[in-house]
Amino acid sequence: MQLVDLSLRDVRSYAQASITFGPGVTVLVGPNAQGKTNLLEAVLRAATGGSHRVAGDGPLVRAGAELGVIRSTMRTDEGRRRTIELEVGTGRRTRTRVDGQDVRRASDALGVLRVVLFAPEDVALVRGDPGERRRFLDELLGQRRPAYAAARSDYERALRQRNQLLKQARGLRGSAADAAVGTIDVWTEQLISYGTQLIAARVAAVRALRRPTDAFYRDLADRPEPIRLRYRSTAGEQIGDDEAADPDTSTTIPDPGWIAASLRAALAEVAGDERRRGVTLVGPHRDDLELSIGALPAKGYSSHGEAWSLALALKLATYEVLAEVGDRPIVLLDDVFAELDTTRRARLAAACLRFDQVLVTAAVEEDVPLEGARVDVRLEDGVSSVTPRDTQEAG
Amino acid sequence: MYEGAIQDLIDELGRLPGVGPKSAQRIAFHLMQAEPADARRLADAITTVKDTVRFCARCFNVSEAEHCRICQDQRRDGTLLCVVEEARDVQAIERTREFRGRYHVLGGAISPIDGVGPDELHIAELIRRLDDEPVEELILATNPNVEGEATASYLSRLLEHLGVRVTRLASGLPVGGDLDYADEVTLGRAFSGRRELGA
Ligand SMILES: [Zn+2]
Repeated sequence: MQLVDLSLRDVRSYAQASITFGPGVTVLVGPNAQGKTNLLEAVLRAATGGSHRVAGDGPLVRAGAELGVIRSTMRTDEGRRRTIELEVGTGRRTRTRVDGQDVRRASDALGVLRVVLFAPEDVALVRGDPGERRRFLDELLGQRRPAYAAARSDYERALRQRNQLLKQARGLRGSAADAAVGTIDVWTEQLISYGTQLIAARVAAVRALRRPTDAFYRDLADRPEPIRLRYRSTAGEQIGDDEAADPDTSTTIPDPGWIAASLRAALAEVAGDERRRGVTLVGPHRDDLELSIGALPAKGYSSHGEAWSLALALKLATYEVLAEVGDRPIVLLDDVFAELDTTRRARLAAACLRFDQVLVTAAVEEDVPLEGARVDVRLEDGVSSVTPRDTQEAG
Repeated sequence: MYEGAIQDLIDELGRLPGVGPKSAQRIAFHLMQAEPADARRLADAITTVKDTVRFCARCFNVSEAEHCRICQDQRRDGTLLCVVEEARDVQAIERTREFRGRYHVLGGAISPIDGVGPDELHIAELIRRLDDEPVEELILATNPNVEGEATASYLSRLLEHLGVRVTRLASGLPVGGDLDYADEVTLGRAFSGRRELGA
């Protein structure tokens, strides 16, 4: 898939801007805080309905404006032209149009524009809480198949309902407590049904990420140690086991019946604790993606450089997982090359050549050893502007 | 804030489902500029509904008499009972002309976060109807979302032992959608392909 055109009106530091993109590499060049990242953020927003920097839609609108508009035009791998348009306002629902048609929910636009974004704060993937890694898997799977995003929101809903019953029953005894948890069995079954779909998809994604993550890490890290990825489920240790999987079919989805049975057993085991604490204690909302570098857990034992390289390797690996189903995604690299030495810059540049389209931001142009289009990004009087450079000259 | 009557109207409109403060203001000013006869017709319609329309004593569908038209209609198949969340779902299914049985409106779906449990729904009345009426098949047509599925699952467990066949509308309805939104073709097909529950 290729991003053909991006237009912004009253979004962050942009009053009005439009960029046309070609295939291959485009480098967005400009000093820090001039508005380069805002462009990548707008593309990500169009792709996922989320933002990698702030939650909520408010701050996305340029200060003083009421309504911000992001419009993107793509060409699919089959050559079809598609558009996504977002109207973001302060204190109102985001209006999303796909191919000119309003969609009922923002998640209906998921997967139309496919992107892989790496930004410096993604180092939290390795060093942050399990929630960061769960979100990573969920966003990947949601882009891969929109049905996953629907199952995930159903799971969240069933979880909230179940937690509400547990909370109400907390502190009550005997028949009063039993009455308060009244319909809990029904919610437990709902939780198992949606939770099984989530766990199965996440295990499959982790298996598919292994080989490319390891390969990218070897390109990017100082010391090329083997990377290990393992899905650690509160529904049972055995769920993330590699030994259980046939190496030839290791990317296939594990048996849902087996996962459902494991989750049911795990819930039964903690039932007493759940009644005491008033909250659901096992399920995909408590799971983690365990990352190891060599023999050590990456979370506690990696240097900044190692954590950063692993986070980038994971993100680049998602390209392969997304490309398995549907269009090949657009790769967005925010301020990445500055972190690397010359050798590894060259290796990352080589890796970029296999992507159809890459948008890169850089403060120092010479840091990016990639040929391709250049766009200058400047901020003047609080307003950003973009100026494509004449590529005829450079080429 | 406006004064007196206009603010009262804005406040009342703002309490309606799906109407935010801005829409309430817009509707209020629209009504102020409307022809007096148009505004009066709206006011009359609201009063008439409140005075003459109530819920059917048997199935809780909207009705102008003690029992609704569907409950009174002797040509309806009394062995088939379709359970829905809201009266508007009855209208959605009626439009498909695929269903010739009768209905039971629960008045919502089980949702602990909204404070709705089985006791808040017309479930006791449903069980009583199964005793009183010759129902052979119960079709659970609650919405295909999390709460609707949970309610269907609760009912099928509850009714398991009563010797009545319990089925669920076949999927093909939009995920997470209200039954009300389902287009008529899909809903019609859902009736012909319903699946057995509680087996
Ligand atoms: Zn009736």
